[in-house]
Amino acid sequence: MHPAPSVIIFTSISGLGFGLLMWLGLGIPDFYGVASFGVFFMAYALSVGGLLSSVFHLGNKKNAIYAFSQWQTSWLSREGVLAVITLLVFAVYAIGRIFFALNLPVFGYVGAALALLTVFSTSMIYTQLKTVPRWNMAINPVLFLTYAIAGGALLSMQPTVAGVLILLVTVLQWAGWIMGDKRLLDTGSDKGTATGLGAVGKVRMFETAHTARNYILDEMVYHVGRKHSQKLRIIATLLIGVIPVAMLLLLPASMPMAIAVLVIHLAGVFTSRWLFFAEAEHVVSLYYSRG
Amino acid sequence: MTKLPQETRKKLGLVIDLDTCVGCHGCVTACKGWNTQNYGAPLSDIDPYGADPEGTFLNRVFNYEIAPKDGGPSQTVHFPKSCLHCEDAPCVTVCPTGASYKRVEDGIVLVNEDRCIGCGLCAWACPYGARELDRDAGIMKKCTLCVDRIYNDNIPEVDRVPACVRTCPAGARHFGDLGDPDSDVSKLVAERGGFDLMPEQGTRPVNKYLPPRPKDTLDKTPPKALETVAEEPTGFLGWLDKALERL
Repeated sequence: MHPAPSVIIFTSISGLGFGLLMWLGLGIPDFYGVASFGVFFMAYALSVGGLLSSVFHLGNKKNAIYAFSQWQTSWLSREGVLAVITLLVFAVYAIGRIFFALNLPVFGYVGAALALLTVFSTSMIYTQLKTVPRWNMAINPVLFLTYAIAGGALLSMQPTVAGVLILLVTVLQWAGWIMGDKRLLDTGSDKGTATGLGAVGKVRMFETAHTARNYILDEMVYHVGRKHSQKLRIIATLLIGVIPVAMLLLLPASMPMAIAVLVIHLAGVFTSRWLFFAEAEHVVSLYYSRG
Repeated sequence: MTKLPQETRKKLGLVIDLDTCVGCHGCVTACKGWNTQNYGAPLSDIDPYGADPEGTFLNRVFNYEIAPKDGGPSQTVHFPKSCLHCEDAPCVTVCPTGASYKRVEDGIVLVNEDRCIGCGLCAWACPYGARELDRDAGIMKKCTLCVDRIYNDNIPEVDRVPACVRTCPAGARHFGDLGDPDSDVSKLVAERGGFDLMPEQGTRPVNKYLPPRPKDTLDKTPPKALETVAEEPTGFLGWLDKALERL
């Protein structure tokens, strides 16, 4: 699949924002007043910024309001609705803490649950697609949620919790990569089933349907960079987990160190999200592939 | 809106005969023509006369080669592909805006262009590559089964079939109600062993494909030599023949 920057930024940044909101909803860190404004500003900037970035992916933005209408069937719609409700619930909670030094734990807990549900819906936009076997796995929602909670822990200044969660997400990510590698093969789909001619003999491409590129090729038959996937996996592992965990454990806690850890971890999340798209094979490529 | 109907009153669709199709791309051109001049945003071409042209099409013809399992000569199959108007259309349920829908009356899967946001998720959900986002209009385009022809009282009755079916010079494309077991298309599918594309995706396509018929094979034993029919001339004519040869 084509790794569009808007979608990579959307899933990474909004995940991080909602992860931070989840911790804030639990009262971690337990800030009030100006300090509270700082963390809530960061959480809203990330979650709203991520959502806005996804709008750049749209071909026809003027109809965007309709995207909230189909929550009964569509995960994309559910994601939009849940994101808005979550941000509204947290608005009450944040206003209480920032302006009135008032803790409204019910709004916090409900908001935390909603934040996780929002991240879960984001992951389901991809996980629901049977056409992309590498995405169609139960580990993907787990990964999206763990990324969000781990990143949130980092942002909410909990070095130990963040270290443990980052270690967990690194291990889970490797498991996800390895499980994903044989997903397409496991579906049993090949040129034979795609054309229905497998019973007659071995199906080979003779001539493709069009000599020019088209939307399908650009969007779903994306191969660029796949040959570097092993190297990128190692780079992502170092950036997501190994370096940040080492820094958190070995270096004394300080603000510059915390920012450095965050930047390195975020670079790792972007790399792994890039791979999430670039490595994902769509079954429509069976109609196009040579051999 | 994006809930799929439990049952549609008709299952209008196409039956494509892979034995008869000659791969002329006539259906591709007829489709592009009709759907550019009629319902919805036209099917755009970007940089049509430049170095990197591309365009939106609702129907494309691939060509495959099948090497038989017993090692005989390969067979070329021309393979037109468009929306299969699936009964369990995954493209419909993923749509966040309700732009994608499946009609209860005839099972046609359509896009309401006034609601489409061009997010492309429906194209991702389709295993067949049947949906293309028009890069000019920013709207998802797909086969409408020529919904603006098949019910159109303003055109002659003979034209009230999809443009691809009407134009096919080989008669390789058939249109009808696949939900009615007594329809011509259903009988054709039953007779020729029509099949689904990628059934493992669970989409239950309405459109069916008919397999190529087995190729003729040479007999194993060589054909018997023919009886001699020419006769050597005898008598006077025989003498004349020899005499003239000698000259």
